[in-house]
Amino acid sequence: MYRYDGYDATMLEERVAQFRDQTNRYLEGKLSDAEFLPLRLQNGLYVQRLAPMLRIAVPYGMLSSRQLRKLAFISSHYDKGYGHFTTRQNIQFNWPALEDVPELLAHLAEVEMHAIQTSGNCIRNTTTDQFAGVAIDEIEDSRPYCEIIRQWSTFHPEFAYLPRKFKIAVCGTQEDHAATQVHDIGVYLRKNDNGETGFQILAGGGLGRTPVIGQVVFDFIHRHDLLTALEAILRVYNREGRRDNKYKARIKILVRETGLDAFREKVQREWEQLRGGSLTLTDAEIERCKSYFQAPAYKPLEASPESLRAALAQDVLFASWYSNNVTAHKRSGYAAVAISFKKTGYAPGDVTEEQLNALADLADRFSFGEVRVTHAQNVILADVEESELYNLYQQLADDSLEASNLNKLNDIICCPGGDFCALANAKSIPIAEAIQRQFDDRELLADIGEVSLNISGCMNACGHHHVGNIGVLGVDKKGEEFYQVSIGGSSKREAKLGKILGPSFAQSEIPAVVADLITVYREQRLDHEKFIDTVDRIGVDPFKKRVYEKEQ
Amino acid sequence: MAILINTTEKIPDHWTLIQSASGPDVFSALRGRKALLPLELFLSDEEAAAAQFSAIGVWLDSHQTLDKLEDRLSSLPIIALNFPVFSDGRAYSLARRLRRDLGYTGEIRAIGDVLRDQLCFLERCGFDSFALRSDQDPDDCLKAFKDFSTSYTATAVNDTPLFRRRG
Repeated sequence: MYRYDGYDATMLEERVAQFRDQTNRYLEGKLSDAEFLPLRLQNGLYVQRLAPMLRIAVPYGMLSSRQLRKLAFISSHYDKGYGHFTTRQNIQFNWPALEDVPELLAHLAEVEMHAIQTSGNCIRNTTTDQFAGVAIDEIEDSRPYCEIIRQWSTFHPEFAYLPRKFKIAVCGTQEDHAATQVHDIGVYLRKNDNGETGFQILAGGGLGRTPVIGQVVFDFIHRHDLLTALEAILRVYNREGRRDNKYKARIKILVRETGLDAFREKVQREWEQLRGGSLTLTDAEIERCKSYFQAPAYKPLEASPESLRAALAQDVLFASWYSNNVTAHKRSGYAAVAISFKKTGYAPGDVTEEQLNALADLADRFSFGEVRVTHAQNVILADVEESELYNLYQQLADDSLEASNLNKLNDIICCPGGDFCALANAKSIPIAEAIQRQFDDRELLADIGEVSLNISGCMNACGHHHVGNIGVLGVDKKGEEFYQVSIGGSSKREAKLGKILGPSFAQSEIPAVVADLITVYREQRLDHEKFIDTVDRIGVDPFKKRVYEKEQ
Repeated sequence: MAILINTTEKIPDHWTLIQSASGPDVFSALRGRKALLPLELFLSDEEAAAAQFSAIGVWLDSHQTLDKLEDRLSSLPIIALNFPVFSDGRAYSLARRLRRDLGYTGEIRAIGDVLRDQLCFLERCGFDSFALRSDQDPDDCLKAFKDFSTSYTATAVNDTPLFRRRG
């Protein structure tokens, strides 16, 4: 993974010193709340319902074992012994004290980590597919380009006070686990007819109260033009994005109100100013960044070794875990393993100090000392020898991390919701737990197969409910918490927004509603048809009918 | 009255800012001064202004564009860009366009809600003078330009992005 050189380290030290000074001036009363607000946000610090919340950047989801151990230390010294993986591959802590934050950031800097631009109206952490570099369907590893974007966007002087937050995702795989099309900018790696790498660039995607799928602004640009193209889009957005209404300030509204063709023209005009200038990437820089993401020291190994086959035959629980949580790897004899953080009774994405340390040990023992955080709030060991999978599974069981529910109905994406978040209209964690308790039978879950169920506690949509196969949104009705249910959403290549079933439900009704949806699917599905494909084929009405008939 | 600084020290302010609600009727009262005219007044009454003032500059509010100024830049010794509120980031892009795309070499001044913690990025976007909000401590503000010793991005201070400088 990327390692800091003297330049990176110096800038980070200077940033920590700058924020220490800003925090001191705020505590001395020299900075008003309004003036301190963007400064603390751009250093990851929110003021939340119970205490400040600090969101730490995990660039494109990559963490080393050394960084995991530091996060474990932070969770015990500055928090209550746990953190929370977010849907943008970051980790956040809900309990640090404001005056401790500069010191906490200094600890992070020791392991090349920070909280820079994890919130505020600026360019946020760039995210990518968690299988980058190991996926069998990959065009090219996206991470070197993510790192190039990270450096360009970090401390970009022109884009620190955008109309609103700005999120970029990059995807180099066919399947797309990065929800690329619902980002302010989505970047797909592509090859042209000559086999040269370039990019397709989408803009104007997003969730929130106005969910939109991104639209193509550049169909193909040369790899050297990546940053000039991004800068051109950001320049148009910074100048013309709406600043009169927070809810209309995202780039998706600008694209819609300007019209796609007119928006493209504006971007094109800016691009002509930038193209060929000093921001044009060089092969030397691309190669330098690629050098940090070289394949680790893989051994020559045979695929599906006898020891693995034997273990699968004798241990049904291991076989279930294997079929759900293990993904094919482009290298023979290796596999990518998902560790689920969706155990019933625990908030989705929550991770304890012990688990952070356990992950560090697992990474060192099984996967070259690295893990990746996923958009779905789980963790990947990307490079595990297949012959070690059974040992890994047993170790996971010892660490209580063996939940074998990846991509299943109870692998729920969920925001912190009303239990923690000041913005939420409704709780989300208890809804997730109630659904997980309703569906805790391994064989039933296996029969239901792949379903994404996403829960957001308000229309800001941090739980990505619009793109869940089943989406649940918390709404406030005269001071009471209700939940709107949608189906048919997807964040994959064929990204789609879910359709709302109808009137919202009380919290206690949600598990039964989900059960009805699953029943209709199991009655209507064709052979091997996934939930999302059945919804696509038969439409929303049969589901709606079942759910609301019962109501009357 | 705002204290004016450049990136190294306090400097005297020779320019008189004409408010945007003003018309050419104010010109004679300020006769002989150096005037910073609001964009619309400059466009409508440049000749009348030239007859009264010893020098003319222009200031723009954050929602305005440079389109009508582009072919007049060489005659303007100063362009001021207003921050109605410090968190309105549009003038950063205006300054960058002036400096980098249009090659403007005159003074670019930040006026309005200009605060210590925005100065470093303002300088990087091409601003070179700063009319501080009246409650700002100028000595403290001057430290802001030293917050960072380098940057990833190309800036008005150094037009070479770090990736072209790394050895």
